[in-house]
Amino acid sequence: MATKVIHAYYNDDDVLMHAVKKVKAAKHPIEEVYCPFPVHGLDKAMGLAPTRIAITSFMYGCLGLAVAIVMMNYIMIQDWPQDIGGKPSFSYVENMPAFVPIMFEMTVFFAAHLMVITFYLRSRLWPFKKAENPDVRTTDDHFIMEIGVDGNEKELKALLRDTGAVEINSIEK
Amino acid sequence: MYTFSNRLRIGSFILMAVGLLGIGIGFVSAPSTVAEAKALVAAHDDGHGGGHGESATHEGSDEAHGTVAMQGQDHGASHDEHLLHQLQNRPWSALYVAALFFFIIALGVLAFYAVQRAAQAGWSPMLFRVMEGITAYLVPGGIIVFVLLVLSVLHLNHLFTWMDPEVVAHDTLLQGKTGYLNTPFFLIRAAIFLGGWILYREVSRRLSLAQDEADDNSNFKKNFRWSAGFLVFYLVSESIMSWDWIMSVDPHWFSTLFGWYVFATMFVSGITAIAIISIYLKSRGYLPDVNDSHIHDLAKFMFGISIFWTYLWFAQFMLIWYANIPEEVTYFVTRIEDYKLPFFGMLALNFVFPLLMLMNSDYKRVNWFVIMTGIVILLGHYLDVFIMIMPATVGDQWAIGIPEIGAVLFFAGLFIFWVFRAFTMAPLQPKRNPYIEESRQFHY
Repeated sequence: MATKVIHAYYNDDDVLMHAVKKVKAAKHPIEEVYCPFPVHGLDKAMGLAPTRIAITSFMYGCLGLAVAIVMMNYIMIQDWPQDIGGKPSFSYVENMPAFVPIMFEMTVFFAAHLMVITFYLRSRLWPFKKAENPDVRTTDDHFIMEIGVDGNEKELKALLRDTGAVEINSIEK
Repeated sequence: MYTFSNRLRIGSFILMAVGLLGIGIGFVSAPSTVAEAKALVAAHDDGHGGGHGESATHEGSDEAHGTVAMQGQDHGASHDEHLLHQLQNRPWSALYVAALFFFIIALGVLAFYAVQRAAQAGWSPMLFRVMEGITAYLVPGGIIVFVLLVLSVLHLNHLFTWMDPEVVAHDTLLQGKTGYLNTPFFLIRAAIFLGGWILYREVSRRLSLAQDEADDNSNFKKNFRWSAGFLVFYLVSESIMSWDWIMSVDPHWFSTLFGWYVFATMFVSGITAIAIISIYLKSRGYLPDVNDSHIHDLAKFMFGISIFWTYLWFAQFMLIWYANIPEEVTYFVTRIEDYKLPFFGMLALNFVFPLLMLMNSDYKRVNWFVIMTGIVILLGHYLDVFIMIMPATVGDQWAIGIPEIGAVLFFAGLFIFWVFRAFTMAPLQPKRNPYIEESRQFHY
């Protein structure tokens, strides 16, 4: 796929934020912004849809809670009931307070781990994957805004220079 | 500058008047003889088909009143006298619970305010005047609580059984505690704590107002030092206060994390009060620079501290439940047997409800949603304080009727009147706090 993009380099996050807003206002498609660190509010400025990872986290938490309940019911009630502290465990409900810490921990464990795994899958990250950033300087002190070009390259470049870009490259992808 | 709207002022007076009426009815209708007490309970049982049932256990409360049974009298007669004391305690307990509840809201706000000051928080200076207004209630609220404690010491009621020399004379456990649990020391502690809290509140308020007129940040820095020092004093004094004013109504029972538990209650109630009052003032156009992100942060605290409260509540419950030591477990046996609905209802109101309602990030920015959840949290924590006091003082003779509702209305009226009167005394937004611009720009 031979699409043409422009890489605009910035060396300050405030300048970048203003640039993103200007480019956005001029209706150029910003495809990606590479940053050495998270820039607060950048997602909103770029108009990215809000993350849905919180919803998955809630579902994983519910799953963990269910697993803990089923697990403790099997281990402590069905498989091998014991009499701990004068509380013979023949009923889940009556022994429930003892299982609450496990229910809590499993909820957190499932929510946290599965959420991280989901995030990796969604971001297409896995071990030994080659980094996607186009320029090593984005891991140090530069920001790159990647903008798709559809015909009006000159005008776009002028706009970018206006916004304080320190370097502008055209790239065939 | 805030002007106290007439409707709110009149509303608060009506609340106080209706509340006083309810408190008065509670005191007048309390029985004064054993025969009256028995008749009252009999009539109650006829009416409700033995709702509470006299056969319900008296374990927990009997233990507190232990001596009565030990005096070698006829057991039935001692029970009747015990019943009389419980019924006589009811209006006092209702008054005490409501007084304490509104007082700890103000105290919780003071702690939250001191944390913001000590942390030099950038998001919250916009809300400082709201917090300072609420903590103004510490003075009347603290005086009322102190007067109630003095009246208990003077034996006008039986809220604190350990204050009765007759009881202590027959109770070896209480004799062992007299070095700490004696009335002069009790009142001295209460006076020191109230004095310390009110002193910090006044000093910090003065520095906060002076900062607005100053041309350097010296008042701000002084306020920081005072707040950090206050927090040390507060954490110790709050813990001791919770043993003295709350835990000692069950003088045989103790829990080492009780101070934290009470702290969580006051912290979440206080933050909820800040959120509700801020939203109210904003809706009247007085806090133009308070935005949804400030409310969002307060709602996050409401959510988080509600869970923190549950954590402490459960930690206390589970250890006692699991260990199953008779002298400890009576505390929860009484509550589960005689107070089943409020005891478990409180868990739903204080934990399940805020957990589900405030989990979603967007809901924390919807103001009416925060108000609704806040009202539920405040109701839940009133029940929480109710459950801390009532089982020891009125046992199974509890109800939420005219005396309880009257007391809540009275203190709600007084709280509203005093807090909103305090708002009229200074501009509602600080001018020269060094972080005021950060707070104005605060966004999520």
